[in-house]
Amino acid sequence: MSVLPFRHHRIPDESEALRGAVRAFIEQSLKDRSPLRRADSWMGADPAFSRALGERGWLGMALPRRYGGQEAGPFARYVVIEELLAAGAPVSAHWIADRQSGPLILRYGTEAQRLRHLPAIARGEQYFCIGMSEPGSGSDLASIRSKAVRDGDEWILRGHKLWTTNAHLSHYMIALVRTTDKPASRHEGMSQFIIDLKLPGITIRPIRDLAGGEHFNEVFFDEVRLPDEAMIGAEGQGWEQVTAELAFERSGPERFLSSIALMHTMIDAIGRQPDALQSREVGRLAARLFTLRQMSLSVTAELAAGRNPAWAASCVKDLGSLFEQEIPEVAQTLLDVIPAVGGDCDHAQVAAYLTQLTPSFSLRGGTREILRGIIARGLGLR
Amino acid sequence: MRELLESTIERLLTDLVTPRLLRSSEAGLWPEELWSVLKTSGLAVAASPESLGGVGAAWSDLYVLARAAGRYSLPVPLPESLLANALLGECGLAAITSPLSVAAGDALALNAGKISGTLRDVPWGRDASHVVAVLPGPTPQLVLLERRLARCTLRLNIAGEPRDDLQFDAVQPEALANLPAGVSADVLQLGGAMLRAAQIAGALQKVLDLTTRYAIERVQFGKPIGAFQAIQHQIAVLSEQVGLATVAAECAFAESGSGVGALALLPIAAAKVCASEACGVAAGIAHTVHGAIGFTHEHALQCSTRRLWSWRSEFGHATHWSQRLGHAICSAGAAGLWPSITSGRLARPALS
Repeated sequence: MSVLPFRHHRIPDESEALRGAVRAFIEQSLKDRSPLRRADSWMGADPAFSRALGERGWLGMALPRRYGGQEAGPFARYVVIEELLAAGAPVSAHWIADRQSGPLILRYGTEAQRLRHLPAIARGEQYFCIGMSEPGSGSDLASIRSKAVRDGDEWILRGHKLWTTNAHLSHYMIALVRTTDKPASRHEGMSQFIIDLKLPGITIRPIRDLAGGEHFNEVFFDEVRLPDEAMIGAEGQGWEQVTAELAFERSGPERFLSSIALMHTMIDAIGRQPDALQSREVGRLAARLFTLRQMSLSVTAELAAGRNPAWAASCVKDLGSLFEQEIPEVAQTLLDVIPAVGGDCDHAQVAAYLTQLTPSFSLRGGTREILRGIIARGLGLR
Repeated sequence: MRELLESTIERLLTDLVTPRLLRSSEAGLWPEELWSVLKTSGLAVAASPESLGGVGAAWSDLYVLARAAGRYSLPVPLPESLLANALLGECGLAAITSPLSVAAGDALALNAGKISGTLRDVPWGRDASHVVAVLPGPTPQLVLLERRLARCTLRLNIAGEPRDDLQFDAVQPEALANLPAGVSADVLQLGGAMLRAAQIAGALQKVLDLTTRYAIERVQFGKPIGAFQAIQHQIAVLSEQVGLATVAAECAFAESGSGVGALALLPIAAAKVCASEACGVAAGIAHTVHGAIGFTHEHALQCSTRRLWSWRSEFGHATHWSQRLGHAICSAGAAGLWPSITSGRLARPALS
């Protein structure tokens, strides 16, 4: 892995030109959405909203036109998603399909797989989840035990996925599973499958998070028969495919905008005449937000140029999640407001909600320790 | 332009800024040969328009000069000369090839055509031929002063770089010119903050390079200390801070056009905040990893870490720029935050 230096990249004018229309659409369609609902950000699902985005051509934007896309560059998608996230739009239903599954299917899928999934993703009608973690395999992803065994022209899948965000809302899961018993190395012998979650033998159970929400799930596979064409990419190449995918997952604006709703309520609660500490802290957070966005755009430019910025993406995610986690701490310092569930104070409610969500920010998409290990490896220390 | 400037400065500084030169410079010897090379290469006047004897380079290109000045601990006022010549050029005055300095703040007064006042912490004050400052007032003016007319109180920053106080008593200015419309009275504070942010980014990169190499080479408990996860994660944090400060500084330059008419307040403030905050974190980690050897004067690490400890305070520390940003953001209200972040321009205060 090479260490690609961060370089400043401005969003090209033709992509920037989209911003006005996206902002106007959001302002109109979310005008009655409360700050607390906005704090859900990319954990808030609304299929009707997803379809409305699809109608406007704002999903699967980078896909070729023959698969329902716009053949737009990565910066166009960046403008759309950062506007949605900054406003706290309910993007959760289509989020993983748009960010990860679509690009994966385009890159590794057969023509039949592309035609089956990509146009529906671009319409905002087909939702995906990612099956990676298992009961014994969190950060040590290569230790997964879920296994698909060939049986004629089918595969039989047995196993158990855990912490699967949005499995209960999704039509498909793209899962990483073992397909070889005794691989030469622990990173070999894994493959990815597109699993139709309506197939017999699949059980999805919600897991309640500490804030009472039900976003993630456990998914059981009991002798699930998968057709051969469910495999995506090459047999045994699952690990390479998954690690390439993670650069998309670690550098986007969702990695530093998760607490933006609280920044908004905090600034309004402070009012137009901040004291010295308030102006210092708000300014410090704004400086960091501005700069994290520049780092994220730098990674986007590398992805656009066809390079693999896995190292830089890990930097963005680690710094970004620290930033998201710091905002509730700063809010607690600056305002004498007791976070509250219910009531009529938007800031108190958003603070209560986001304070409880912060632990997840440095778990999802790779823990802090995993990211720092990747960064150290890039520097030649491992 | 940027590639040309970068290859030129890298070549010159690699050859000329040796440990011996840094030692003699810290002992108070002005590196005359180094300056004459920078002068001959045209780098010192690069920010002045061609019509006035300069190169007419934009800040997006000049960024590499300031960053290199930081990375090599350059012991002459090249960044200050860039800014001084940019302001001279903006006011229609010819570029000056001798070492220049700048003084932010509003310490000067004009009385019957003569200038009085004390400029504090003037970088390389004793070595500069002239200093550029701004005379406050309803129509702020550029003032160009000959340094030899000042009473000079010698001082050094933490890194041993001259930061002198220059006292002027009713002296004749070499030039006096109205700042063009659109150039604010704090132009030198803004420009200086931008330059220091890039110098910090350069010095941080040097600190990261030294620290990574040391962690790979130094063996304890039978293996390189960089093989220990505790060390790896600290250096990962260091490299994140380098990335943050570097992007922030480069963005500030890229958004600031050329001359001093378009210095970009929000990106510059963000850069100085992020760069200044990175200094303490980075120096702390680098010294922890280096252990006792890094605490010696002989080791190269201190050339960079002492500059980080100095530059973070100059032209406004992190709190100064944070408060300026934070005040503007709160005044505009929450609805102004995101448009400011995406446009790089602060939203206007909402009418209340």
